[in-house]
Amino acid sequence: MIDLGKYAGTVLAAYGVSLLLLAGIVWQSWAANARARRELEKYEKNG
Amino acid sequence: MSIWEYANPVKFMRVSGAALPWLAIAAAVCTLGGIAWGFLTPEDYKQGSTVKIVFLHVPAAMMAINIWVMMLIASLIWLIRRHHVSALAAKAAAPVGAVMTLIALATGAIWGQPMWGTWWEWDPRLTSFLILLLFYIGYIALWSAIEDPDSAADLTGVLCLVGSVFALLSRYAVLFWNQGLHQGASLSVAPGERMSEVYRYPLYVSMLGFLLLFLVLVLVRTRTEIRRRRLAALQAREMRA
Amino acid sequence: MIALLKRDLALATRAGGGFGLAVAFFLILCALVPFGVGPETSALRPIAPGILWVGALLSCLLSLDRIFALDHEDGSLDLLATAPIPLEAVTALKALAHWITTGLPLVVAAPVFGILLHLPGQATGWLIVSLLIGTPALSMLGAFGAAITVGLRRGGLLLSLLVLPLYIPTLIFGTEIIRRGAEGGDPTTPILFLAGITAGVMALVPFAAAAALRVNLR
Repeated sequence: MIDLGKYAGTVLAAYGVSLLLLAGIVWQSWAANARARRELEKYEKNG
Repeated sequence: MSIWEYANPVKFMRVSGAALPWLAIAAAVCTLGGIAWGFLTPEDYKQGSTVKIVFLHVPAAMMAINIWVMMLIASLIWLIRRHHVSALAAKAAAPVGAVMTLIALATGAIWGQPMWGTWWEWDPRLTSFLILLLFYIGYIALWSAIEDPDSAADLTGVLCLVGSVFALLSRYAVLFWNQGLHQGASLSVAPGERMSEVYRYPLYVSMLGFLLLFLVLVLVRTRTEIRRRRLAALQAREMRA
Repeated sequence: MIALLKRDLALATRAGGGFGLAVAFFLILCALVPFGVGPETSALRPIAPGILWVGALLSCLLSLDRIFALDHEDGSLDLLATAPIPLEAVTALKALAHWITTGLPLVVAAPVFGILLHLPGQATGWLIVSLLIGTPALSMLGAFGAAITVGLRRGGLLLSLLVLPLYIPTLIFGTEIIRRGAEGGDPTTPILFLAGITAGVMALVPFAAAAALRVNLR
């Protein structure tokens, strides 16, 4: 494990917050896209 | 063959669908690789390990500004040439830009706490980013408030234009208002002021990663919008029939 | 065009509280601040320019949604759009009417409220100057925001969210004029900047506002 010295909390918090936010927007985009595709396919199938 | 052919939604869907998996892989590799490489860099003699935060902070800040510029260009294309994909791309980019602004502000605050001794300082750069966040929020709110899609695209386009002028104006007004603590640009071209190579290369990778990530997200979100639009159009046609 | 201005002014006064409401709100705001920060002169004096300007901003915001809303509801906005005068001129006139009913009373009332907040005597002149130069820009930008949100059911809150960030440069230079004036410095530079912003806004924003109105009237 890499030694972060006395600022370990600071660095980890910054990485944690950023990765969380990035993961959030990626997940939201992906989920919305999947839902739109499902709904469209369902609609096109049922006519 | 001109670039305008991609303004056709069907063509856009085909090309973007084919390119997306490759882009997504490249974005994941560069973003995660750049961040991980940055995480493993040695400590700075002055800042200690907090220097590692730069690999998140600088790319996010860069994208926060560039995404607004991209939205401005897309809005102009929509207002002048009326390509629907362009308007939808501007809509798709806004939430990504807001998140990037948020990351830049959050990492800056977390870094500022031990380095400047405060979470927040009314420094010109910080203040400008806060203002930029306000503009993103207003833009997103306006999109979600208007029901008719074409009116929404027109009105948000006009807002983006006026907002760009005022965001720039605010940037310089704020400079006049308070001189700051924030260091100058991180990637200066002037010799002697450059960052050491140990930090520069991971930073380039991370910036490329954020750029690719943004591209992937915009494409995915634009595809979502096109599908929603198509579904709405089909339903409207059935209602009329 | 004069007739249109007269009509708007008459409507604003007849609707009741057109002139008074914004000033009353401004008064309440200035009266509330000392309860929040304490009555000491040393506490109030440095923040007085900022409070007065922020107060003017918020008071201005109150009546913005009425610039176009009433005309949109009864259909007279459609008539104005097809009238021989350009829509750009209509929006500028509407903003002018808003300024006369809201901005001007604020300029007149501000020195009195300055006394409440212990604004130094020599700054009062600069307060009037800065508000006189700055408030027309507030009205014009407000008209732009109102034009964008005119068709929306709950446009009021959105209007504030869109317009307030646009007010930032005006606010910065406006308070800077008073601050420098209060310290006995030379406020020429911020005055020029503020006047430049107002002039630019008056020249360009009517086009954006008219474009937004046309979209909403489609």
